[in-house]
Amino acid sequence: MLAHSIFFYLFSTIAVFSAIMVTISRNTVYSVFFLILVFVSISTLFIMIGAEFLGMIMLIVYVGAVAVLFLFVVMMLNVTEQLTKYSKKRGIFNNISVGLIVGIIIFLELLIAVGGWKYRDTYVPLSSINPYLNISNTHAIGNVLYTDYIHLFQISGMILLVAMIGAITLTFSKRENVKRQNYFQQIQRQKDTAVSLVDVESDKGVKIDD
Amino acid sequence: MIEIGLGHYLTLSAIIFSVGTVGIFLNRKNVIIILMSIELILLSVNINLVSFSIYLQDLAGQIFTMFILTVAAAEAAVGLAIIVIYYKNKGSIDVEQISSLKG
Repeated sequence: MLAHSIFFYLFSTIAVFSAIMVTISRNTVYSVFFLILVFVSISTLFIMIGAEFLGMIMLIVYVGAVAVLFLFVVMMLNVTEQLTKYSKKRGIFNNISVGLIVGIIIFLELLIAVGGWKYRDTYVPLSSINPYLNISNTHAIGNVLYTDYIHLFQISGMILLVAMIGAITLTFSKRENVKRQNYFQQIQRQKDTAVSLVDVESDKGVKIDD
Repeated sequence: MIEIGLGHYLTLSAIIFSVGTVGIFLNRKNVIIILMSIELILLSVNINLVSFSIYLQDLAGQIFTMFILTVAAAEAAVGLAIIVIYYKNKGSIDVEQISSLKG
């Protein structure tokens, strides 16, 4: 119990600190690394409260794929040259004060929602819950994911497919001055367009155009 | 204090959600940080769903967290592709200069 709370406070402090650093860091590469740190600590929290499968999936998807995607894009675009021209402030209603006011209001509203939550009578702390005593968490998720939620699962696969096609078509650029083989043109070539009969006069020869 | 309950996790998710929203407002440098703030907001929603799923002993929350993860990955891919072609066309992803739509 004590270890659980110590680890909870440790990892949540790391997560909140890194989330703040993601937003205020001047260098975009540092922001990406802090984003990775947020995801690692949150996935540790997931593993601690018993959602091991989601914690591992989060590590694989975010740290393995999304963060590397962000890093590649930061690397491709020359972002560092934009650090020098920082925005000018415009009076008291610049973006920083408005953003802080909106953020504080949202946070207070969320705190009111959390504080007003009526706990169940049989309140049990999260650390002592292990509802899947006989089967593991992954096993339990697999039991419902491929039976009750199979249509949603397949639709999420379609979403990934559409996103992949969208990303490829957005960034695809056809290069000029590159000769490519066109199979359909090759197959559709007919005799009358490809071959022509020429009367050859003697001592003149044939002039070949192309 | 020493007993970690549902409220602790909800508070953590509320803090991360607020940091994400403030990040969208604060940042004037480039669009990539706005995308990262959106990822933070989605992460806080995931924390909410998982902690409620453990608390209510119902697996539906964890299943929906997986779907949110999928949608977040797709959104990151498409958003980054849009940023790449925008940078190709305009040569800059400064937030203040993105005003072609005159919104």
